[in-house]
Amino acid sequence: MSKEKEQTQGTPISRRNFLKGVGTGAVAASVAPTVLVGAETAAEAQMGDKITRAEIKLNINGKTYEVEVESRTTLLSVLRDGIDTGGERVDLTGAKSICDRGECGGCTVQVGGKAVYSCMTLALEAEGKEITTVEGLANGEQLHPVQEAFVQHDALMCGFCTPGFVVAAKSLLDQNPSPSHEEIKEGLAGNICRCGTYPFIFEAVKTASRKIGG
Amino acid sequence: MENFAYVNAADVEQASSLLSDDWSETKVIAGGTDLLGELKEYIETPKKVVNLKSIPGLDEIKADSSGLTIGALVTLADIAAHPTIQHHYTVLAEAAASVASPQIRNVGTLGGNLCQRPRCWYYRHPDIICLKKGGDTCYAIEGMNKYHAIFGGGPVYIVHPSDTAPALMALGATVKIVGPNGERTMPLADFFVLPDVNPQRENVLEPNEVLTEVHVPQPKAGTKSTYLKVRERGSFDFALVSVAANFEMNGGTCSKANVVLGGVAPIPWRSVEAEAALNGKHITAAVAKQAGEAAVANADPMTDNGYKVPLTRNVISRAAMSLA
Repeated sequence: MSKEKEQTQGTPISRRNFLKGVGTGAVAASVAPTVLVGAETAAEAQMGDKITRAEIKLNINGKTYEVEVESRTTLLSVLRDGIDTGGERVDLTGAKSICDRGECGGCTVQVGGKAVYSCMTLALEAEGKEITTVEGLANGEQLHPVQEAFVQHDALMCGFCTPGFVVAAKSLLDQNPSPSHEEIKEGLAGNICRCGTYPFIFEAVKTASRKIGG
Repeated sequence: MENFAYVNAADVEQASSLLSDDWSETKVIAGGTDLLGELKEYIETPKKVVNLKSIPGLDEIKADSSGLTIGALVTLADIAAHPTIQHHYTVLAEAAASVASPQIRNVGTLGGNLCQRPRCWYYRHPDIICLKKGGDTCYAIEGMNKYHAIFGGGPVYIVHPSDTAPALMALGATVKIVGPNGERTMPLADFFVLPDVNPQRENVLEPNEVLTEVHVPQPKAGTKSTYLKVRERGSFDFALVSVAANFEMNGGTCSKANVVLGGVAPIPWRSVEAEAALNGKHITAAVAKQAGEAAVANADPMTDNGYKVPLTRNVISRAAMSLA
């Protein structure tokens, strides 16, 4: 990870690894001014409490991850680089870090059932909400109809934008199961494909719409 | 971005008390899509960020005989999809639907859209301290000004980026603001300020005040409205020029026109000239054309944005004809 990225994203640090690395005496000094008096998670912090670093529980694809984050840590950063307090990497790298400014759509995930840019979402604001990434769409080996349709229509070239498009398309169909061509274009307007596979993506969404009975 | 202390506010009064009276110290966060962009570019490095989403009751839309009341935390997606707003406040639903992308509309709030900071590339550049950021030069004057103001510029030539602001001004909206001295309400038209009043801000909000609510009076029967937005890209872009038109119609005659432009001035720009050309007129192609021409008669384009003059003229004409 580049120094710049580390600085801008903040690095989720596992409490266990962090405690392993430093003596207890050093902890208080290095994490100050963390204030989470009597609160185990950011959600339990009292109104008016200052949170600079918090241990949060994120419900991602039906699984609970406990991660320690800074206030500035984005959800995207946790998905890709986060480490559970148990030491396990979150390692959900489907959402891509591309523009990191909420413009390209590569990091699209669902929070509370709605498509959002995870690069523009603070991790601690996603606590208590259902988070679905592209990894959570398939049911075992059975792909989601949107994923199947993307394969069927070869709706990708380099594939880097695909996870974001798949989640955006799934979110569109969740709200509007039988979108018109114009509605598909509008629904996917927040995602960019630099290979220009848009016509195939639009066809894939129409096929997926028929598959889910829209 | 730099780290900050994140604080959930219990109510608006607490939010105000948690905010500093110095803009550089604290910021509020709602949808966060504008704020995080600024933090990531180090344009702002607040010590504290106060969350408004923890405040109950600010995310409601109420429509009754007095009109429409929208809490500052209502998302743009919810405004765009609201049936009453679509039918009776069409210009607002169309404007909200035209903002950014679905992902941003799902989290972006009305309050944030009204208070968002300019998109000027000099302002957004981390290494440039322009007049807007407390420096002494608006670099758009001598520099690249393709996207800058043709009305109301000087000493700063940014354009106001909001889509919902022109729509709400055309609808005669008022805003409620809560701060350390209590509550104040004002017409949205008085909320925005030109750079010759304050080059560093776009509105009258103080650093420890919070915009909490927007009220729109019930339109008279027969009122028609629309929002037309021209973008450089086909999708997901700020307006080069937009027009919010709200006409009280009596048959084919426009008894009262409200025309407010986006993308052309440092604030949402009311075109009294276009309104005068439309008021009391039966709207024909010739009248619509005159309204567009009247609107741009006093335009003052810069070196690279002359295209906005005919664009503004034609978008106003098109909007007027669509309501005829």
